[in-house]
Amino acid sequence: MANTITMSYEVPGGDFTRAGEASSSLKGSLKKMNVDPDIIRRVAIAMYEGEINMVIHANGGKIDVIISPDEIEMILTDEGPGIEDIELAMQAGYSTAPDNIRTLGFGAGMGLPNMKKYTDEMKIESQVGVGTTVRMKVKL
Amino acid sequence: MGKFFTSVHLKEDLCKGCINCIKRCPTQAIRVRNGKAVITKEFCIDCGECIRICPHHAKEATYDSPEIMKNYEYTVALPAPSLYGQFNHLEDVNIVLTALKKMGFDDVFEVSGAAEIVSEISRHFVNEHKENWPVISTACPTVVRLIQVRFPNLIEHLLPVCAPVDLAAAMAREKAMKATGLPCEKIGIIFISPCPAKVTAMKSPIGIDHTEIDGVLAMKEVYPLLLPLMKQSIDDVEELGISGRIGIGWGATGGEAGGLLTDNYLAADGIENVIKILEDLEDQKFDNLEFIELNACAGGCVGGVLTVENPFLAKVKLQRLRKYLPVACSHLVSGRDENSYWNDEVRYEPVFKLGRDMKESIANMTRVEELNERFPGLDCGSCGAPTCKALAEDIVRGVANEQDCIHILRDYIHRLSSELSRLDTKK
Repeated sequence: MANTITMSYEVPGGDFTRAGEASSSLKGSLKKMNVDPDIIRRVAIAMYEGEINMVIHANGGKIDVIISPDEIEMILTDEGPGIEDIELAMQAGYSTAPDNIRTLGFGAGMGLPNMKKYTDEMKIESQVGVGTTVRMKVKL
Repeated sequence: MGKFFTSVHLKEDLCKGCINCIKRCPTQAIRVRNGKAVITKEFCIDCGECIRICPHHAKEATYDSPEIMKNYEYTVALPAPSLYGQFNHLEDVNIVLTALKKMGFDDVFEVSGAAEIVSEISRHFVNEHKENWPVISTACPTVVRLIQVRFPNLIEHLLPVCAPVDLAAAMAREKAMKATGLPCEKIGIIFISPCPAKVTAMKSPIGIDHTEIDGVLAMKEVYPLLLPLMKQSIDDVEELGISGRIGIGWGATGGEAGGLLTDNYLAADGIENVIKILEDLEDQKFDNLEFIELNACAGGCVGGVLTVENPFLAKVKLQRLRKYLPVACSHLVSGRDENSYWNDEVRYEPVFKLGRDMKESIANMTRVEELNERFPGLDCGSCGAPTCKALAEDIVRGVANEQDCIHILRDYIHRLSSELSRLDTKK
């Protein structure tokens, strides 16, 4: 379809030195595409949180970002352990991150709540043992 | 004067058209075209990296010659604090200041004195504007320009206070006019600078509508003139210094932040480190920091391309010099602080955009991605652009073409020659 572009990113699992690469790269592209700075800020924060979740919990995954003049959609797909109780996971402060992750300064239980806060729409589909897909939209 | 100014220029005869500068430039502002390096002015932030890396010394900073002093009836030298770090065994800054007068200046006004006032104003500002934390320092013009073109969401964090040199220039002019009774234009305010970015800041200032600086001399050119004059000055040193430990500390990284008298700060130096910090800051990875000091040059101002001494040694020399000085010698007098704040709005300048609107940008970005797929991904630089992606963007911007890629060209010639031989055998 004309007027949209899809940017795809692979997120490596467990490698904290590379966490944030995808959101950083997307941010660079959006700055070249006349996107409002405040939208860029929201997209980058939401995507970074999602990316970190994939690194911590899901052994990596894939992110597709579909950009159109009306909205930016981020689709984060992983084949990780899945989320047992999505409602509980959405609560601020709830975390299943292990202690070694917390000592790195992550795992405050704010990832999913922040993703919801900075986007206009967020849907999570998850199946335990199969994986998780998070869809987020930011309207322009 | 065009809207964009860069203080780096090329000596064409020395440029070999190699890829060192295009690879080093942090904003991908340089291309090799027709065998010579060309700077895209809008993209250049005057960091000086290309001057440092060029093995043929073809990149040069623009600055004034000491001859500029002759244009004025009365001249005042503004030495940057990094100047004191250039000399061996310097125990008293007054020796340098006296030598500057012997060099022909009628007076001197230490930038480090104004820096102490900027420190005082910054302390108030940071305490009173918690909503802007972390406040980002604005003394390095390269950092301010970088934020203006690449980090729009961080503009609101910029410390809206004049750089010490601009405050020093205003104070020096006021003092000189009072002392001499001369009109403004007969007084020359000349900065002794460690870096060319200050030349750009003088020609097209950011945050302030004009600067009182009339000329910028390179520290490396003043240095050899000062050495013999310093020897002569040792026996009749004039007390001209107006700064203490805080002011002189500004010459190296951490000095500005140190002057805020808080521990809750971060100081980073070197342009790549600065960019990394700004990226992380934009993603809100830092909590509760009060202040971020950023210097484009490794080591801070002592690392400027117009300095002589190794920046790490220069930093040690500043430390030794500061040791027995009072904390600060210059203080804010009431009324001064009003004029010390920025009076011009800093707006985001999206110089890197690929189209006039989002629709066009999406179409162009799609073409960039398609082109990039076709390139070998070696980032070899042979086309004159630093990366395959940069070449793809250049093609979309209409300033390069696909066959600038030697790999694409080779395939094209290969196809052409097999086509020719096919036609030949047909005969």
